Amino acid sequence: MEHQPTLELVQEVELIGHNKKHKMKKVVKNAEEAIAGIESGMTLMLGGFGLCGIPEKCIETLSKKPKITDLTCISNNAGVDDFGLGLLLKNHQIKKMISSYVGENAEFERQMLSGELEVELTPQGTLAEKCRAGGAGIPAFFTPAGYGTEIAEGKETREYKGKMYILEESLVSDYSIVKAWKGDTKGNLIFKATARNFNPVMAMAGTITIAEVEHLVEPGELDPNEIHTPGIFVHRIFEGKNYEKRIEQKTISK
Amino acid sequence: MLGKEEIAKRIAQELQDGWYVNLGIGIPTLVANYIPEGIDVTLQSENGLLGMGPFPKEENIDADLINAGKQTITTMPGSVFFDSSDSFAMIRAGKVQLTVLGAMEVDQSGDIANWKIPGKMVKGMGGAMDLVASAENIIVAMMHTNRAGESKLLKKCSLPLTGVNCVTKVVTNLAVLEVKNGAFHLLERAPGVTVEEIQKATEGELIISGEIPEMKL
Repeated sequence: MEHQPTLELVQEVELIGHNKKHKMKKVVKNAEEAIAGIESGMTLMLGGFGLCGIPEKCIETLSKKPKITDLTCISNNAGVDDFGLGLLLKNHQIKKMISSYVGENAEFERQMLSGELEVELTPQGTLAEKCRAGGAGIPAFFTPAGYGTEIAEGKETREYKGKMYILEESLVSDYSIVKAWKGDTKGNLIFKATARNFNPVMAMAGTITIAEVEHLVEPGELDPNEIHTPGIFVHRIFEGKNYEKRIEQKTISK
Repeated sequence: MLGKEEIAKRIAQELQDGWYVNLGIGIPTLVANYIPEGIDVTLQSENGLLGMGPFPKEENIDADLINAGKQTITTMPGSVFFDSSDSFAMIRAGKVQLTVLGAMEVDQSGDIANWKIPGKMVKGMGGAMDLVASAENIIVAMMHTNRAGESKLLKKCSLPLTGVNCVTKVVTNLAVLEVKNGAFHLLERAPGVTVEEIQKATEGELIISGEIPEMKL
């Protein structure tokens, strides 16, 4: 990695409306502060499946900094043309995407076919496990997904108990950006419904992990039994306002 | 000849009590509408849900609750959410008994292609490669031929593969076929479709043994 992000970038910010003496090192004011330190050429992980559970505030703020370019973005999908990662694609801020499915974005397809954008398509379960393993200190693992396909080209294969597997290397990011439903000032996170998806494993795999949450609360307000991501994986946290939560396929029963 | 709904209806007959089932996008999704009365089947959505319910009423739409096709859905009593690595842990470890998915091509050795047409279309494999590499029962739901009238049941897939030696059954608008020992074995005909018509629409090796019954829908 060319750029080594450091935790010193995190400012000590007083939590408004709370005990003034109680400095919370992880809490930042907003997306602007949260993404401080992200530079051109870095590798980012961004949680979400489709548009569900994406860190929309940090992505929007990054899109307003067009000088940050040549990003490698690890995200299951690439947003849509005018929302989510589509905003960064439109600005040509992304050099490379590592994703499993990119079918919903016309600009993405155009940049990929013209060669402007490098794309590493990765099976969804392999992508999730690459993040989980990266966050768990495991450098590589064998999986059957993609054996016998072009995904396996150039990768080590091995037979275990009569079944063939391919060796996949894990991933870590310079910055992981995740979205949670609730979080506390210690960085503990709870996700809602299927907005959980890649967020917990990407939080684990970040050198610096940024969490944007809908509700930021004091320690003790979240039941320790119900926390999904332990705060040790989270370095910066803020409460986002007015989430759009755009729906890709609104389907209703008659 | 069967329509998409009838293909789904026929596949639903394969479901067994207590099974966890993953349904892909398109025709497979429709299978959920025909789960037989009296059996308990739990639908797995690989974005992180076991126990997928029907589409919501307008007033119950929740942007945080979608299926793998990115459609808004609902939960059922006993539903559970989990992250993407847990989701594929259960898939990879074979806890999901049946996967139903669509395909562009299937061949007689059970190889499947459904994620890329070089130079034309690359949408990605999503979870399909993980699913076909691991599930014990993989049923492909598709039309027997493509828009140009060419067979989609081939000797050898020509498109980039999603998985090898994995498809166990194919249900098309014309027939139900089992894939084993390097050939398609004809099990049932769609109502009004002859064995000759199926033979003509099948490029791969087709084994026809004895009288082939008509599907019961």
